[in-house]
Formats: sequence, structure tokens, C-alpha cells
Amino acid sequence: MTSTTTLRPPRNSQSLLRRREARAGYLFVLPFMVVFIAMLVVPLAYSGYLSMFRNQLVGGVSFVGLDNYVRALGDATFTDGVARMAVFLVIQVPIMLGLALLFALVLDSGRLRMKRFVRLSIFIPYAVPGVISALMWGYLYGPDFGPFAQMGRAIGLGTPQFLSAEFMLFSIMNIVTWGFIGYNMIILYSALRSIPTEIYEAARVDGASEVRIATAIKIPALRPALVLTSIFSVIGTFQLFNEPNILATIAPNVIGSGYTPNLYAYNLAFVGQEVNYAAAIAFLLGFVIMVVSYVFQLSTRKGDA
Amino acid sequence: MKPQPFRRTAAPVVASLSALALVACTGGSEDGSDSGNGGGETDAITAEEFEEAMSTPTELTFWSWVPDIQNQVDMFEEAYPEIDVEYVNVGQGAEHYQQMRTAIQAGSGAPDVAQVEYQHLASFRLGDNLLDLTPYLQEDLSGQYPDWVWSQVTADDGLWGIPQDTGPLGNLYRTDLFEEAGIEVPTTWDEFAQAAADYRDAMPDSYLTNMPGNDPGQFVGLLWQAGARPFAYDGAETVTIDLDSPEVLQVVEYWQGLIADDLVSVDPDFNDQWYQALANGKYASWQVAAWGPVFLQGTAGDTSGLWAASTLPQWEEGQNVSGNWGGSTDAVLSSTDNPIAATELARWINVEEEPATRFVQEQFLFPPSLSILESEDFLAEESEFYGGQQVNATFAEISETVPTDDFGWLPFMDYAYSSYNETLGSAIADRADMVAGLEAWEADLIEYAESQGFTVQ
Repeated sequence: MTSTTTLRPPRNSQSLLRRREARAGYLFVLPFMVVFIAMLVVPLAYSGYLSMFRNQLVGGVSFVGLDNYVRALGDATFTDGVARMAVFLVIQVPIMLGLALLFALVLDSGRLRMKRFVRLSIFIPYAVPGVISALMWGYLYGPDFGPFAQMGRAIGLGTPQFLSAEFMLFSIMNIVTWGFIGYNMIILYSALRSIPTEIYEAARVDGASEVRIATAIKIPALRPALVLTSIFSVIGTFQLFNEPNILATIAPNVIGSGYTPNLYAYNLAFVGQEVNYAAAIAFLLGFVIMVVSYVFQLSTRKGDA
Repeated sequence: MKPQPFRRTAAPVVASLSALALVACTGGSEDGSDSGNGGGETDAITAEEFEEAMSTPTELTFWSWVPDIQNQVDMFEEAYPEIDVEYVNVGQGAEHYQQMRTAIQAGSGAPDVAQVEYQHLASFRLGDNLLDLTPYLQEDLSGQYPDWVWSQVTADDGLWGIPQDTGPLGNLYRTDLFEEAGIEVPTTWDEFAQAAADYRDAMPDSYLTNMPGNDPGQFVGLLWQAGARPFAYDGAETVTIDLDSPEVLQVVEYWQGLIADDLVSVDPDFNDQWYQALANGKYASWQVAAWGPVFLQGTAGDTSGLWAASTLPQWEEGQNVSGNWGGSTDAVLSSTDNPIAATELARWINVEEEPATRFVQEQFLFPPSLSILESEDFLAEESEFYGGQQVNATFAEISETVPTDDFGWLPFMDYAYSSYNETLGSAIADRADMVAGLEAWEADLIEYAESQGFTVQ
């Protein structure tokens, strides 16, 4: 790996060029920074500011400091929502990433016919907007006229209750898994494609089987991509919104206003008109996501050492 | 209508300034006096003032989700060439109100005139966001509506919206299924319960009716019929939440009995599953508002000719009482710069004969005004979908049986309805203890009201 260092220009002779490069660098970063500050930092700061107040329908606005946060920590609707998402994370994410990894490895093994077609078929659900896919699955899950229900009755198994309180979380897991396998698979697959093929040849010469190549070379090489997809999944899970929000129209009494923390923040702000409390919930949720992502990253780094 | 991006720019600035001024006024007064518009004793505008306002070039913004309401707007612009109305559909129901609240809070971008359902007028009056139309009207409209409709738009000596349509509750049923099951149309709720059981015996795959756990509007309409008056708002800081009255309990316990015995289905309504069920005869009847007949025609087109309309079953034999579910008004926001023109828009499209008749004939809104409710053309119309029945006449008669005493609302009905879904509604959906669900609903509403600074009675 010495080749990369030789590519760099020698240190002392070209400091002028380096300064110019640095200036160009800042210039390139500027558009991003402007948008980043305007669309992320400012709104974040503003909602942080909002979360310190309390606006009652009668009585108006008053400064309450951290009261909203204290209230949120003792709010069973919020903590239940976070717990529900933790269950979701622990069950759904390993299944989804496991399948995505499996598909990526199979695609990469070179033993598959119609590779492009298969790749596209797995990826297509991701191209379907979340709202549409939730509507579609809502129809498939339907207890009276949904195809699963009709099949269930036809073979005498009765009507599967996909939309009941017991199974709703799993039904949503299924929708999310269906929608995001392709996305994760593409990330993992492209990471696989960047492994130099010479390594495989060397392994084959040494007599390694495809399975052995996968476990000893490919999966370890995929570690950064797996960490990335896992962190995306952690963030996506805690922010779950579209699927429960759409399914709420067909199972309104199963999916309450606080089914997921994100849904809760939305309903607080727009149904209960508690914008300040909603801001606090959103902030806490962001904090939870940060902590979980960080802990996850830390744990994977330990494995390296 | 042509978009005019350049002339538009000044309006929001002015609007936001005046809105700021308004916020400054109302924010300061702790005792919630209603003097947002300079005191209630304002004299009505003179004919000259009206003429001047209507002949001055003016731009109005109008938010509504009524389909094709642009037709009425065009007619208005033709009648008043100087007034330019920008009509916007920002979404239906909850979405529309969210946009309104956001614009009001932001202090700019709010419409001059907006569609507001009866049950939400109170929540926009809170914070003095609605304009009392009384001083801007040159005629007294009170005689033009059934008393109960008028009582829905008036409070505290103010008129807060012009009625656009209403939804007195009736009963739509499948004549063929009733016949097949050998059932008479029930006239009392006792008969209805018996019919539900008989129907279930005869037709084990379907139900006499469906009681959704997600439709507080319908349920509250049934409470209205039973004489319950669960909500009220004094326009300031006091709300009434009375969900443990004998009338409320009577309705809840009645449905509890039917639901617990699996005599009615409990599917959530207004989703695909339910549309199909309606069209497929899973429910043999639907206790629905006056807008229901046309809605059903669109949803269950294949069952044309098989339906009929009647009054709701009654709690006492010989009674004839109904309730209301839904309907809208056009209200003027207090932030408007052109109160006279805005009020005239709200009045003109809903009161003048031509646009109002079009609402009935083309947009199929159920008319609130007596002149149409009593007109021969309206009453005599025969509906093929309902086997040639004069459905309008049936519902016009029902409209007269809605009790005239004030049925009030809370200034936070969207919260109240959302809370219903998680308490009483959940109990319905789970076929669980509805009385406990009712208690949970009441407790939650009281808690919310108190946390928002209201005094609860």
C-alpha cells in the first residue's frame, strides 16, 4: 500500500499550490454548506428553541426550559413507541440485511443466469414510493377481499389477521423488508464489485470453494458497507412514518397516534397543536438515533481491534 | 383565471403586518375578550360602503376542497368584475385545517375565505381567527335556514360562517337483501336490534349494518339524535365535556350490545376494504348523512336500483328525531384585508340562487337553505339508484327533524376525534368494553383541555 503516498506532491516545494487547492476545496464545499446550514442547522436550532416553550390554546406562550423533555421521558406513548421501534430494529434489520447480503453474494458469484433481470427484480420494490407500497400491501393484507385472506379461507385456514394489533408490527416489517432489500443489496453488491478479482483467483488456486471465498474474503471485505447499511437501517427504523401512517387508514384503531415516535411527533404538532412538545419529541428521537448509531459503530470497531 | 405573480407580492406583506397587529392585540389580553375586530357593537356597513368595496379592484384568496367550486367562483367574478378570487385546494379535511393553522401561525399566507366544517368553527374562533360576519352583511340571513343550521354558525352574538351544506342523518338500506332475509325496515332502535339478529341468522356472511371504530363524526351524530349534548364552548376559556350523561350511555350501551353479540360488523370506514364491502352487500344498511346517497351511488354503482332511503330508527316509538353528521360553511378569516368583499364571496356563492342551486345539482351538496329545501324541483327529483324514490324529499323531511337546540363543539375537535379512535373507537374495533372506552375518552379529553389551559365544566 505504499503506492498512495507516492502520488501526493512533496511537502515543501508546492505550498502555494496547496493553498490554492485548499481555497478551491472550500469553494466546492460552499454550496453544500449553504444548503446544509439553511436546511438542517437552522431548522434544527429553531426546533431546539421551540422545544423550550409551551404554547397553550388558552394562555399563550411561556418559557418552560427542559419541561417538555422531562415530560417526554415520562410519556408512555413516546417510550412505548421507541420500544416498539427497538423491537422492529432487532428483528427486521438483521432479516433485511441478511437477505440483502445473500442476494448480493449470489449475484456476485457469477453462477446466476439472467443476472440483470434478477438484480432489477429485487431492486424494483425500492423504486416504488413508500406510500404506494403501503397502499398495495394494505390491499393484499385486507381481511375480506385481500388475496391472502381469500386463499386462507379457500384452503380452510381461516382469515389471517395481518392488520390486528398482534401482527401489525410484523406486517410493517414485511413491507419495509420488501421495499429495502434491493436498496441494501445494491450497496453491498457494488462494494463486492470493487474487490479486486485477483484475490479470488489466488484463493481458487489455493483450492478455496465459493462458500469459503464468500466467508473468508467477501464478507470481511464488506464490513464497511455492512456498517453503512446497518446505520442507515437504524436511522430508517426510528424514523418509520409512511407505512404506519398509510396503514392507519385501514386499521385506524390498531395504529394509534403514537405508534411510532415520528408519527407521534407529527400528530402532536398537527392534531393536538402541541408544536413545542412535538419539537422536544423530535429532538429526543434524534438523540436516541445518534446514541444507537454510535454504540453500533463503536461495537463494530471493537471487533476490528 | 390568470395567475398574477407580480401584483400578488404586496398582499402577503400587508396581510402579515395586519396579522401581527392582531396577534399583538389578542396576545396581550389575558381575559380573552372577543374584541378582535373593534368591539361587537359595530354598525352594519352602509350600502355605499358595500358598493365602494365591491367596485374597488381587490384580490381574495379562497380555500376549499369542494369539487368544481371554481364554477361558483367564476360566477362570482362575473358578478363583481373588480374582484379577483384566487381559488386554491390545499387538501381535504385535516390537511386543509393544518395548512390554515400553519398560515395563521406564520402570520402570512392565510386565505381570506375558507371552507370550515361546522364542528371546527369553534377551534378557529379560538384565538379570534374568524371574522364575525354580522356587520358586513346587509341582510339578515337567519330566516333562510332551519334553526338548527343557524345555531351551528352562530354563537356569542356573532355569525362565524355561511352554511354551505349539511348532513342530517338518515338510513340507506338494500331492499333486495332485506327482502331475502325477510326483514322489515326497523322504525325504532329496539326493532333495529331485533332486525340485526334476524338478519344475521338469515344471512350469516353479512351484517345489517357496520359500526366503524374510526368514525366519531357518525357516532356523534347518533349521540345528537339521542338528545345528548356532550360538548360546548363559551367562546373564551370554558369548555363543557359531558360524556357520562344518560343519553350518551344509552347509545354506547346499545351498540355495545350489538357489537358484543357480533350482530354488526366493526370495519373501519372510508377505505378500500369498506368500499368493496358496501358494494358487495356485506352491510345491508348504512346510517348516513344526507350526502350519503350520492356518495353511495359513486361507490356501489353496480347495486343501482336496490337501495332505498328512510329515516333513522327512533329511541321512542312515534318519535321523529335525527342528528347531523358533517357539512361545511364558508368562513372569513379575521386576518383578511377586505372583510366586505370576503364576506360577500362567502355569502354570494352560498346564498344567491344560481350558484347555490348549482351546488345541489352539479356538486350534489345537500342544501342548508330553506328556499332550496322547499323547492319543487329539488324535492320532486327521482333517483334511479334508489328505485325511483324521491330521496331529496326524504332527507329534506329529515332535515326538519334535527333538534333545534344548540349542539355544541369543543374548540379542539381534531384532537377529540383522534382521541376517540384510541379510546371508544378502539373498544368498538376490538369488540371490547365500550363503556370503559367512553370513560377513557372523556378522561383523555378533560386532561387535554386542562393541559391546554381551559376550564372544564
